Amino acid sequence: MANKKPEIKEVYMDYAATTPISSEVYREMLDVYQKTFGNSSSLHYAGRAAQAILEQARIRVAKAIGAKAGEVYFTSGGTESNNWAIKGVARANRGNGNHIITSSIEHPSVLEACRSLEKEGFRVTYIPVDSDGVVDYAAIIKAICPETILISVMLANNEVGSIQPIRAIAELAHSQKILVHTDAVQALGVLPVNVDDLGADLVTISAHKIYGPKGVGALYVRKGVKISKFMDGGEQEKDMRAGTCNIPAIAGMGRAVEIAAKEQEQTAQTLKNIKRYFWKKVSDRIYNISLNGNLANRLPNNLNISFEGVEGESLLMMLDFKGIAVSTGSACSSGSVAPSHVLLAMGKTAEQARSSIRFSFGKHITPPEVDYVVEELYKAVKKLRSISAIRIYKDKDGEEE
Amino acid sequence: MYNEKVLEYFYNPKNVGVIKGADGMGKAVCDSTGEIVKLYVKVENGKVVDAKFQTYGSAGTIALSSVATEIVIGKNIEDLVKISEEDLNSVVAGMPADKNYCASIVKEAIDESVADYKRKLVGEKKPRKKKSK
Repeated sequence: MANKKPEIKEVYMDYAATTPISSEVYREMLDVYQKTFGNSSSLHYAGRAAQAILEQARIRVAKAIGAKAGEVYFTSGGTESNNWAIKGVARANRGNGNHIITSSIEHPSVLEACRSLEKEGFRVTYIPVDSDGVVDYAAIIKAICPETILISVMLANNEVGSIQPIRAIAELAHSQKILVHTDAVQALGVLPVNVDDLGADLVTISAHKIYGPKGVGALYVRKGVKISKFMDGGEQEKDMRAGTCNIPAIAGMGRAVEIAAKEQEQTAQTLKNIKRYFWKKVSDRIYNISLNGNLANRLPNNLNISFEGVEGESLLMMLDFKGIAVSTGSACSSGSVAPSHVLLAMGKTAEQARSSIRFSFGKHITPPEVDYVVEELYKAVKKLRSISAIRIYKDKDGEEE
Repeated sequence: MYNEKVLEYFYNPKNVGVIKGADGMGKAVCDSTGEIVKLYVKVENGKVVDAKFQTYGSAGTIALSSVATEIVIGKNIEDLVKISEEDLNSVVAGMPADKNYCASIVKEAIDESVADYKRKLVGEKKPRKKKSK
């Protein structure tokens, strides 16, 4: 094939999609795989050993997010936790009302769970966001009614990284006896995630965004919150979530969350520096680009940029050829031809949304790697603009590319 | 996932650009994806002697736009409408299931280039923008 890849370096800039597993987490899991194969529900020695690992992981997670161990339930990941939180609270509290408030930029696992509840007779209000992707607090106040039982707003958005005012939302909600759920999957490890500081009653977290394994997550449920069980079957997870516990993955999550919390401040600072360096480089090198969202009020590891005249998927493929991994919108919906619901909600045009790329950084990315990516990005954008049916002008009166 | 053949065309597209004073120009806009294909043809004695394209679109649409220019060159202008979506896809050994629209939009641009050629022959003005799909 003529397009056989030359010798290239690989730069992964899609940490919001998933992260590689850290060596400490891997070693922890390997040890469990090798030595602790028991079913944590079994009464014998092998079961008890697995049970001990399970509870140790629960304590680690609880400690990292300022919760009590009894308030942490392990799940198969963020999607399950979000589904459980929303459907579980809605169904268990139906006697108090049938209205749910969420935002228009939530992860599909929240939006689709809400749509599913609408079919069961619940009413859902989808709150708009401003041009920076921050939920309209005044619209939440307006949407609250006597039937409102739950507000679910993410702590930080997965596509544009905008940080949401969860504490203020929780104070408002609690003053009216409404429960609050937040999806903190993207925030964990890069923002402080303490359940009391946030004030949320339910918090979703996942392991594979913080250098932990895939297929495991957790839901924090504040003591006293009424929630129906998610899975019928055995009596695992205090009879709230049936299914044999994935002990090695849970052990890995326990370690990953512990490290993420311990290193959060340092990681955030490292990522913030990389983000600013990347944005300065890219905005100096490539014209007619726009940052989606605000540079300051966003996750330290996220940049979402629209490149005028360039379709996002083709730019992604062009970068992939150079060994650079990025994303259009979120990986969960990147097979979709529809433009990002997040960018549209922020008031971007369909063309701006389709011309966007998400760069998400990990703690090991170096400035030379950023330099390499920006240079390849420059070449790719230039090539695609030369092919594009949309003409680009360097400035209002300037030269056509 | 695109196959190697599609990627080969995407990374090394042929006949990119504009033909100034083209005898026919077909533009197709896909409403569902926002992708735009412009196909230019130069015709001599009823035969396409040159073709170029400009595309704002996915890797698949760019690849098939390039394929289209290669297919149309050397054909009688009247025969371009016989080129099917299957003909385009077969050159790249098929497209992923969620990329079937790529051939539709490129096919539309081909058909529009013929229509534009015919309009120019009789001196008609081009109708206002038409959107596909």
